[in-house]
Amino acid sequence: MFDFDVVDLPETDHVTEGETAPDFTRPLVNGEFWEDASLSELTDEGPVCLVFYSMDGSFPATYIWNELQDRNLGDLLTVVGVSISTPYAHERLIERRDMDFDLFADPANDVARDYGVETDLDGMAGIEEPRPATFLLDEDRTVRYAWVAEEWPDFPPYDDVEDEIRTLVD
Amino acid sequence: MSNSEPHITLYRLQACPYCERVVRTLNDLGLDYTSRFVEPMHSERNVVKRVAGSRPVPAIVDEQTGVTMSESANVVEYLESTYGDGGAR
Repeated sequence: MFDFDVVDLPETDHVTEGETAPDFTRPLVNGEFWEDASLSELTDEGPVCLVFYSMDGSFPATYIWNELQDRNLGDLLTVVGVSISTPYAHERLIERRDMDFDLFADPANDVARDYGVETDLDGMAGIEEPRPATFLLDEDRTVRYAWVAEEWPDFPPYDDVEDEIRTLVD
Repeated sequence: MSNSEPHITLYRLQACPYCERVVRTLNDLGLDYTSRFVEPMHSERNVVKRVAGSRPVPAIVDEQTGVTMSESANVVEYLESTYGDGGAR
């Protein structure tokens, strides 16, 4: 997809299929406000596609959300993002991209660490963020599909993700 | 969501002293509440306009009494008279 060298990421012991996804509570940002919410509140309502992505403003963040938006996956289930960006940055991203999806703010990157998808950023001292990762969860928070980047940059296999979502919700 | 959802929702702005005053009152009265933070830009607080009729914060929505109110002095007075000693509830 891109004509430049990618960096291999180290192996990681991440949350995977069949496991129960760790619950967490973080500010959940929509286009109008943010309030503390937990992942289990979302899964209680139905399946959830949990998307870890690079901080708001980075080009991968833009690419990922444009693609997910174009596929109208929000019609099928709850799609929700997590990045280290603040609620204010999330508000700007949602507004600029006219996004239908809510975003969790996790500046300390604890959620990524709980999922085993944290990564340091070369050239940005002291900043850690999630590596790109996508988890499809059912109502019991059981992981039905997991994709975690093994190189950087990398993007979710959108066709696979969409197929898995359609299989789960049908 | 859960059944134990607080019946009071506070629309607030980070670091706004008037909002903190309402928070103090809620805490003093032992009232559980949901915090919803909104944008500093007045023109972007459409949710507050929608629920409270105008955009200033703090604003509260009390589902138990059906009361919606903004302006901290009003809100504090309402909370104290409704939930304080000798209050109606």
